[in-house]
Amino acid sequence: MTIYGTSFLAFCVVCGLLGGRLLGWLLGLEANVGGVGVAMILLIVAGGKLQAKGLLGPATSRGVVFWSSIYIPVVVAMAASQNVAGALRGGPVAILAGVLSVVACMVLVPVLSKIGNGRSALPDQNP
Amino acid sequence: MNDPLHAAAAVFSEYSIIVALAFVGAVLWCSYRLAGHIGNGRIHGSAIAISLALVFACIGGHVTGGKKGLADFECLAGLAVLGGAAFRDFTIVATAYGVRLEEFLKTGLAGMLALLTGVLLSFAVGAAVAWGCGYREAASLATIGAGAATYIVGPVTGAAVGASSDVIAISIAAGLVKAILVMLLTPFAAPMIGLNNPRAALIFGGLMGTTSGVAAGLAATDERLVPYGAMTATFYTGLGCLLGPSVLFLAIRLLVGEV
Repeated sequence: MTIYGTSFLAFCVVCGLLGGRLLGWLLGLEANVGGVGVAMILLIVAGGKLQAKGLLGPATSRGVVFWSSIYIPVVVAMAASQNVAGALRGGPVAILAGVLSVVACMVLVPVLSKIGNGRSALPDQNP
Repeated sequence: MNDPLHAAAAVFSEYSIIVALAFVGAVLWCSYRLAGHIGNGRIHGSAIAISLALVFACIGGHVTGGKKGLADFECLAGLAVLGGAAFRDFTIVATAYGVRLEEFLKTGLAGMLALLTGVLLSFAVGAAVAWGCGYREAASLATIGAGAATYIVGPVTGAAVGASSDVIAISIAAGLVKAILVMLLTPFAAPMIGLNNPRAALIFGGLMGTTSGVAAGLAATDERLVPYGAMTATFYTGLGCLLGPSVLFLAIRLLVGEV
């Protein structure tokens, strides 16, 4: 049933977020540290196990895949509810700090990509 | 009270998330149509949709004076639910379905390096801008620097180090500017910075850190890159909240000679 897939996904997300909160709490923070990342790893690992056991049929899979296909609409809704006016109202300090940090970090993407490649020069480079 | 306008308004407010779904679908439909006509289809439909949504959000914010963009109009309040953290995280995790675990783990070291570099660099740039604009107290410099990391790290740091509320407001605005810019610029910057493979996406997520910015920016670039960028970005805010009020604040105090 499709809901099994959605429920499985929800289970992974809740466990991941709990894990992230716990990690945050251990570090003394009021923040979620890596919750989404933990949830993704859980989904991949547990999903793989279930698939191997033949428990993830096409109907169940649809319950997960639907939500990944609804991702872009969610992002559009998120963009539409951003405080854009507030960002612009923050004045030159806020705008300059935001713009310059984005530019500086983007420039470093190719640099760090190279470092990573050098360290793990493995044959399984191509995905 | 029993006029047709009120009756209609009740539907829009009670079923706000359904209205939001219809609205977002319409925006996407128009955007994909537009994408075919603008620039020979070189601009991705979702990039147009996200840009349009940001423009709407700006208009909404100006008209209503609220903080949730278009969602401050009562009939579109569902946008804040559909685009809120719950659905965002739920769908981001779903995009990882079918991804191989090795892809994530292979880039572990580069990812961690990217995270540290991203937090430190944003913080340094933000603090330098604040200094250039005349701020001299360590608490203000650290808070604005933290805001340049993300709009959550800013207020968390500001509250911890006792910054004034207008400085905290600036730090939130700086983080918002960053998130919005990442959403808008990523699809155009992607070819220049080699953002077309899982490894680069992981590093990109770690350097940028803003979950919403990375989520939207990668969606507009290539949907398949989303889980990789989100993977590292999810650790960024936590790392920022950890370093901002502690090590980085102390470093700034040393630099301005407040100790």
